[in-house]
Amino acid sequence: MQLRIRALETILTEKGYVDPAALDAIVETYETKIGPREGAKVVAKAWTDPVFKQALLDDASKAIGTLGHVSRVGDHLIAVENTAQRHNMVVCTLCSCYPWEMLGLPPVWYKAAPYRSRAVKDPRGVLDDFGVTLPKDTEIRVWDSTAETRFLVLPMRPAGTDGWSEDKLAELVTRDSMIGTGLPKSPAELKS
Amino acid sequence: MNGVHDMGGMDGFGKVEPEPNEPTFHEDWEARVMAMVRVMGANGGINIDVQRFGRESLPPDVYLSSSYYRKWFLAIEKQIVERGFVGADEIAAGHSLRDTKPLPRGKFTLDDVKRIEVRGSFGRDAAKPAIFKTGDRVRAKNINPVTHTRLPRYVRGHVGVIERINGCHVYPDTNAQGQGDHPQWLYTVVFDARELWGADADPTLKVSIEAFEPYLETA
Repeated sequence: MQLRIRALETILTEKGYVDPAALDAIVETYETKIGPREGAKVVAKAWTDPVFKQALLDDASKAIGTLGHVSRVGDHLIAVENTAQRHNMVVCTLCSCYPWEMLGLPPVWYKAAPYRSRAVKDPRGVLDDFGVTLPKDTEIRVWDSTAETRFLVLPMRPAGTDGWSEDKLAELVTRDSMIGTGLPKSPAELKS
Repeated sequence: MNGVHDMGGMDGFGKVEPEPNEPTFHEDWEARVMAMVRVMGANGGINIDVQRFGRESLPPDVYLSSSYYRKWFLAIEKQIVERGFVGADEIAAGHSLRDTKPLPRGKFTLDDVKRIEVRGSFGRDAAKPAIFKTGDRVRAKNINPVTHTRLPRYVRGHVGVIERINGCHVYPDTNAQGQGDHPQWLYTVVFDARELWGADADPTLKVSIEAFEPYLETA
């Protein structure tokens, strides 16, 4: 496999389709620059700023575009809010659609058959695989990303974080909490 | 196409296995494949819907037994040959053997990297108003095209409600066949789990898909 891939890169380079340095830069972008920290900054901002939160829920692409310190997103991002009554979870049953600009590249499990097959039918079972149990009467809403719209879950702000700064709050926001397969860390978990 | 990629609701794949502290890539070659595929898409060689159809069209046993980026590689290697960007003999030789057609947007250079960090826009001007409005009851059509579609099997024939209108977008079903954008209105349609999975389904569960207007009819 590795030889075939190296050969393909040689061919594309010799044909003048790509500068190999551009391939290096793309890889570096996703290894070091764009990851769940971007989404965490957005969530922390929404937790502390009610006006921004409403703008985010109204039009996530536009709201995030107003933040200088977060990478830009495409036109079709939708933020969905978890509440005590409703928990959101995002999947792509057909392939691997995922909000790259907010969360980086998707983890292997997100792209693999167990998650893609079960999320739309047995999300509580899936959550159990992640060690997450929700109250029995919480509504679960699963968003299947079957088009170019992308979804970011806005998790609930953990208790005991009154007065925290955005930077400190962002440390509580896990990748999985923005997919809906996890919950944010608690203040106690942050200390440990 | 009704392929193995259309996994929603299938049983038997086992537990989800999250990997603690998962690296961005597990092998160096995965990173190169990701970057090459992005490049061939970004500069107009092989659009995203053609790419997806290529992966879906891998033999089912290959699809199910290959890692994610192996699927990406197998599909792109085949597609660049089918579309005349690279010759099969060049793949075999591991080198370019002749000049072939350029990418529509030319060589991908360092200057292009910033552009692809932000997803392209799939929104297009609408030729006509949306047929449905929020709150409308709609049935996902029972269609079974052998070509690319984004209407998953598990909703076909089922009734849901229009929850959001997400604008007018490139239609993957035609774009994947090189037949152009044919922009269509895109809706979020929400289904009750009992409508999809029967009376025993989780009563607290609702599932939505993103559905293009041609996938839907009034219920």
